Amino acid sequence: MSELTLTVMRLGFLAVLWLFVIVAVQVIRSDLFGTRVTQRGSRREAARPQQSGRQQTRQQARQQAAPPPQRGQQGGGRRGRNAPTKLVVTEGTLTGTTVALQGQTITLGRAHDSTIVLDDDYASSRHARIYLDQSGQWIIEDLGSTNGTYLDRSRLTTPTPIPLDKPIRIGKTAIELRK
Amino acid sequence: MSSSTNSPTHHTSTIGAIGAPSRRNTELALLVFAVAIPVFAYANVGLAISDQVPSGLLSYGLGLGLLAGVAHLAVRKFAPYADPLLLPLATLLNGLGLVVIWRLDQSKLLQSLPNFVTAAPRQLLYTALGIALFVVVLIFLKDHRVLQRYTYISMFSALVLLILPLVPGLGANIYGAKIWINIPGLGSLQPGEFAKIVLAVFFAGYLMVKRDALALASRRFMGLYLPRGRDLGPILVVWAISILILVFETDLGTSLLFFGMFVIMLYVATERTSWIVFGLLMSAAGAVGVASFEPHIQTRVQAWLNPMREYELSRQITHDGILHSDQLQQALWAFGSGGTLGSGWGQGHSDLIRFAANSDFVLATFGEELGLAGIMAILLIYGLIVERGVRTALAARDPFGKLLAIGLSGAFALQVFVVAGGVMGLIPLTGMTMPFLAYGGSSVLANWALIGILIRISDTARRPAPAPVSSPDAEMTQVVRPS
Repeated sequence: MSELTLTVMRLGFLAVLWLFVIVAVQVIRSDLFGTRVTQRGSRREAARPQQSGRQQTRQQARQQAAPPPQRGQQGGGRRGRNAPTKLVVTEGTLTGTTVALQGQTITLGRAHDSTIVLDDDYASSRHARIYLDQSGQWIIEDLGSTNGTYLDRSRLTTPTPIPLDKPIRIGKTAIELRK
Repeated sequence: MSSSTNSPTHHTSTIGAIGAPSRRNTELALLVFAVAIPVFAYANVGLAISDQVPSGLLSYGLGLGLLAGVAHLAVRKFAPYADPLLLPLATLLNGLGLVVIWRLDQSKLLQSLPNFVTAAPRQLLYTALGIALFVVVLIFLKDHRVLQRYTYISMFSALVLLILPLVPGLGANIYGAKIWINIPGLGSLQPGEFAKIVLAVFFAGYLMVKRDALALASRRFMGLYLPRGRDLGPILVVWAISILILVFETDLGTSLLFFGMFVIMLYVATERTSWIVFGLLMSAAGAVGVASFEPHIQTRVQAWLNPMREYELSRQITHDGILHSDQLQQALWAFGSGGTLGSGWGQGHSDLIRFAANSDFVLATFGEELGLAGIMAILLIYGLIVERGVRTALAARDPFGKLLAIGLSGAFALQVFVVAGGVMGLIPLTGMTMPFLAYGGSSVLANWALIGILIRISDTARRPAPAPVSSPDAEMTQVVRPS
């Protein structure tokens, strides 16, 4: 057997072996199931805005790459041109975090299974939720929180449609819907 | 087995289980890949050694493929939601082990040794038995929580398994380590490999009951939670047993494996870092203490600290009554001559290790013929198996399953560390074998059983919650649930 063939086979085998490892890791990647937790920017990143911007776009891309399972069950094509596409945290420790709106319900609170886990002393564990109603409007509903949810300046008592670019305040955190 | 069986039907929250599909087809694809790689390697060895595709290629390929197929069908039937990676990863390691054992069988040098046996057909037989055991575990262990009932029986049988090698007439002293038993007509067996699994069952059952006492009753001192004196009891007992293993069986690896497994499970059960600190201190003190008077351990430590001197002593006639071995130095040379990309299948000289080249030192052949790149891939595959085990523990819903999965994967990881570390000269060499790669029936059987239990736990953990059954009782007793 020629030296060349053996070298090709030697390197070929290593390549195949590594290919297997990479495929296995890809399977793990696609196998991540369980709770879907939104990555939140840490305090350190909030101090470095130029980095948090990149983080944000990457995160958004990831959100869009993995459509939530309920897509299509609600909303669909009903949303008009003015429909918001993302939810942005504008104040508080999570400043800069965005969540793409794709018809899914977003829960806010300190509980670990919330879509946006609030690290805020004034937030309840299940504080509020934001959902899409039948008419394609995004609604915020306070889930009986202790310190209340404020839309602009007024405390919410009933589920209320959210206007664009109006801040929702929960403790020290402010959240806005953006196009 | 489609993924759509579990789409969430409630609209209140996006968070929660995103439907876990069964992933059996992924497993099958990976399994085909995992069988193809050893077949490729096998052809490669044949071409390198004798310029022709080995005649046994078809039978080995079919044999391995058939075994993998049987295992896959068993998983499909009895554990449809199990982790898709555990089986292919284990199959690949087992297949590569077969290839290396076959390759070392071809070595003229090893064939000239007095106690040479053609190991590859036997290893294939052991693999078949291992897969059979794997299938038996899947069939008969319908729910891993059943094992919880046998907590104290497990403790007892683990102790028996550990003591067996010391029974006169049954135990066999093979090159200083007394971790073997001879069964007339069947050959020798390493009961420690099985004790590993049984002991994990005991620790999981015991810690599940006692973990609150161990975790909560403690004082804080210098940032560490110190357990109460009386709660130190169990760890002291396990420590004492592992020290006894070290003294009487003179095997550092077995001792380290059991104590390490206990400490890992204790840490996972109680979330107290202090246990790890205690464990490390105790095992270090124990190892140093025993090494100070046990000659066999001292020899091993000497060989580890200075393998070259040991190599030279093995070339001379010494009269100190100690068996000097050049194995470690030969293994280190094998790793060294392999370099980054290795010498290629069948072109290394790892047979210079002579005795145990295909069992304890099997990693050296990989190191020489596949190089650093190959060794890293092999270690990563081990790492992935451990990762899947830990992931299974995370996903398991019952504390017993969690602890058992952590214990088994921790023991697996420790064993890989102890063997790989020993062969590479990081820690003193021990008498244990690389799971799946090394030649040896007990190791292959026990590790297939271990993978079987992990697959069972992962099936339970990943199985979607059953749809509520409308039983006749439900109408009579209405349960009002919030939300």
